[in-house]
Amino acid sequence: MATPRTAHDVDDHPTSLTRRSFTTCAAAAAAGWILTACGPKRLYDVSRERLRELVGDVEREYSATYGKDVTVSAAGPQPGVLFGYALDISRCTGCRRCVYACVEENNQSRDPQVHWIRVLQMDKEHGVDFAHADQYYEPAQVPEEGKFYVPVSCQQCRDAPCTKVCPTGATWAEKDGIVVIDYDWCIGCRCCMSACPYGARHFNWKAPSVAATDVNPHMHYLGNRPRPKGVVEKCTFCIQRVREGRYPACVEVCPVGARKFGNLLDPDSEIRYIIEHERVMVLKEELNTMPKFFYFYGT
Amino acid sequence: MARNTAALAAGVATVAVLALGGCHAGPSRDTSADDAPWGGTQVVLPARASGEPELVQVPPPPFSDGVFPCSDCHAQPDLPPNRTRRVLVDAHDEIVLKHDEEHRWCLDCHDAVDRDQLHLAGGELVPFSESYRLCGQCHGEKHRDWRAGIHGRRTGFWNGRKEYLLCVHCHDPHAPRFKPLVPRPAPVHPGPMTR
Repeated sequence: MATPRTAHDVDDHPTSLTRRSFTTCAAAAAAGWILTACGPKRLYDVSRERLRELVGDVEREYSATYGKDVTVSAAGPQPGVLFGYALDISRCTGCRRCVYACVEENNQSRDPQVHWIRVLQMDKEHGVDFAHADQYYEPAQVPEEGKFYVPVSCQQCRDAPCTKVCPTGATWAEKDGIVVIDYDWCIGCRCCMSACPYGARHFNWKAPSVAATDVNPHMHYLGNRPRPKGVVEKCTFCIQRVREGRYPACVEVCPVGARKFGNLLDPDSEIRYIIEHERVMVLKEELNTMPKFFYFYGT
Repeated sequence: MARNTAALAAGVATVAVLALGGCHAGPSRDTSADDAPWGGTQVVLPARASGEPELVQVPPPPFSDGVFPCSDCHAQPDLPPNRTRRVLVDAHDEIVLKHDEEHRWCLDCHDAVDRDQLHLAGGELVPFSESYRLCGQCHGEKHRDWRAGIHGRRTGFWNGRKEYLLCVHCHDPHAPRFKPLVPRPAPVHPGPMTR
């Protein structure tokens, strides 16, 4: 008469590893390894040689498409660099020069329109208040009396919710702090867009359009190369510029010098000076996303 | 020989001004035009936390066409400096001073003797390409922030060579308030939500 097996029995008689079960497990592991090794990889796993091939392929493709010499960089993060950004709210006049410099630099779609930077107009009386902010203001001249302006783009969070929700691992933070998207891995599920508390991610609902004459041929694989329809895109601190040591396009175009950029790990950098000498804040601090994009009042 | 004569003349002029109780005192710096004729200058920034002092480039000052060198007109012998504070009518009448105008006028910043330069409150001559030193006398806080790289626009490299603008590239020194701008177009509104 068989007695019911208990946990005690199992402990007393552990299942021995038979030859058959070992072979099955080994075969499954080998198959898995082969599939992973041969299948497509995320960009951070790709070998340098393979990356060069990929970059060469897209360079040829874009050069043919746009009829000009396109260079696609795959430059990695510089050691000892963590990028940070600061914006002086007391200076910004809301002129939107940054918005359009960004569009031109980063090959954003003109129609349908994609803007990585949104300039929010707010009332001085109410302070920073997203619920009543207006991004569609259009007066003859700015700044308007009683208003101030808060440009918002990707905050490059250190604990970025967007990277945590991505089901395919298509978006991640690089070592220099830039949150990037691999457009080949993005499946367009838009989980990251709903996870982002700053509305910084944008979706290509239709095939993005950039005229060949307007295309910026200086591209980066994880940055401003043309995106296909149905993927998400966002600010990368102009990865194609900053990894070469240059300032982002929005920093260079700002007519009032409200935008500041630099290496957070360099004690001599402008960004460190601001953090150490000015009153800085981050947007939606209570969410603990830890942005590397700081706002300050310079006056 | 000619240079010696010129130097002598300048010296005599300086002595004369001093004797007359003029505002011109202190060493005059040799900033002859053939050194860097408004091709931009370099500013040495003091080292901060560590490292070497940094050199930044500033572009030449934004003169109106044909206005510089000032000595083209002002050096004429029939135009001696008139140090009386007055409203200008014969020339430069388009300049409306809106910069502490109750207390200042032209010769508080422009030098009466060397018209091609400015002078500090202490009398030290300053070329137009270093006008930030003049501005910094009153706006010390802004001058500090400018040198630190956080007031004003930066171009160039975040980890290397930078270009700063002079104060006068953004602020008209005679009416320094930043002028309003015409904003670029607003983003396209997605329209009301419809089914």
